[in-house]
Amino acid sequence: MFYNRHPMTNESNTTRREPLIDAKLVQRLAVSDSGFVFDPVSGHSFSVNETGLRILRLLKEGQDLPSAVKALCDEFLGSAADIERDVLEFAGLLRKQFPA
Amino acid sequence: MVTVAISGMNARPDNPGPGVAVARCLREAADLDARIIGFGYDALDPGLYLTDYCDAGYLLPYPSAGDQALAERLEEIHKSDPFDVFIPCLDAELPNVLRIEQQLKKLGVRTWLPSEDQLKLRSKERLNELAAHAEIACPRTRGITQPDFFQRCDDEGWKYPLVVKGVFYDAYVAHSPADAAVAFNHIARTWGYPVLVQEHIKGEEYNLTGVGDGEGGLLGAVMMKKTGLTDKGKAWAGVAVSDQALLDAAQKLIKATRWRGPLEVEVIKSPSGTYHLVEINPRFPAWIYLSAGVGVNLPHALVNLALSRPLPAFGEPRAGTMFIRYALETIVDLGQFESIIVNGVRE
Repeated sequence: MFYNRHPMTNESNTTRREPLIDAKLVQRLAVSDSGFVFDPVSGHSFSVNETGLRILRLLKEGQDLPSAVKALCDEFLGSAADIERDVLEFAGLLRKQFPA
Repeated sequence: MVTVAISGMNARPDNPGPGVAVARCLREAADLDARIIGFGYDALDPGLYLTDYCDAGYLLPYPSAGDQALAERLEEIHKSDPFDVFIPCLDAELPNVLRIEQQLKKLGVRTWLPSEDQLKLRSKERLNELAAHAEIACPRTRGITQPDFFQRCDDEGWKYPLVVKGVFYDAYVAHSPADAAVAFNHIARTWGYPVLVQEHIKGEEYNLTGVGDGEGGLLGAVMMKKTGLTDKGKAWAGVAVSDQALLDAAQKLIKATRWRGPLEVEVIKSPSGTYHLVEINPRFPAWIYLSAGVGVNLPHALVNLALSRPLPAFGEPRAGTMFIRYALETIVDLGQFESIIVNGVRE
């Protein structure tokens, strides 16, 4: 599956240990229990669903991709590949919302 | 008790003056026992009649009447209704107020304002110079007196859209020479010459307000992202933000000018994340009530500075606090309106 391979190294993404997104950015986000997210620097806000909220909390805890995927596999139904794809897609959306 | 006079009581919903919001901040300031006097220039300035915020209301002569007409009127008001501090809130009146500052001082009226030189330094015509000095990006700005500039500006590297602005107020985005000429004529008729032309920067609008201590320091900055705009491009909704990069930029400007008094820094953040300085206003903005909302009551700080009192204790401004502006009607008794029209005072 496309998302299961790193486009540059052809390695499985789950072997990557670098942060999925800038740690400082994730830490500054204010996240409510209802999934409302506010960035105090840009003033942007958006809301995420239950899964997005869980991913965001894992990212705020500083989890890398393999450990985030493992934690989500324990909590949600779905294959590791699908969950990894969702995590990568979500991280991509966050990067787009908050460019460096 | 201290009596504070505040101008800028105009409050048309699409483009209100800051006076009512400043009065509201002082009304809500803890540890400040203030009587508030509102100054307006038009009998329909609503702040003159808002008894919740202003204990008295007076009309002033228009700025075009000159500094001595203003001095005489303020002296006349001061005789019957003495005030301790004056907070002018409109760009157009500030040159006159600065010229009579010593006369006000003799009356015992305190102010906390920039010098005439500082005022000139932040003028829209000299914005590029100041921005370069403070190492902040700034769109090219030029003062013009003839609309034919718009026909040939392409030869000098000016690309549409352009922003056409008045020296004091008003700004229009022009997408063609025809648009620009219409904006030029309207602004020249209303605000006089020069008319300013500025490169248009695409991005999001952020504003910062604070008070300069006159020694290069910035007190209690409050930052805001506009989240809703009126047809005139004014904020009707905004959210408090906290961005070190914007704060650093404002501090550089304050340091470069050794600004004394209130100010508003207007910037546009381009998609690359660079802040571009588009304007510095030498007064509190109309959204200043947000400063009280985030726990940094800047008008209160200004009154204390003017009276040489210790500054109120400020915490960190609460980022994420929003404001949404709305319009309300106030009921005015015909006798009050008559009194303003005939005597220039709300009785």
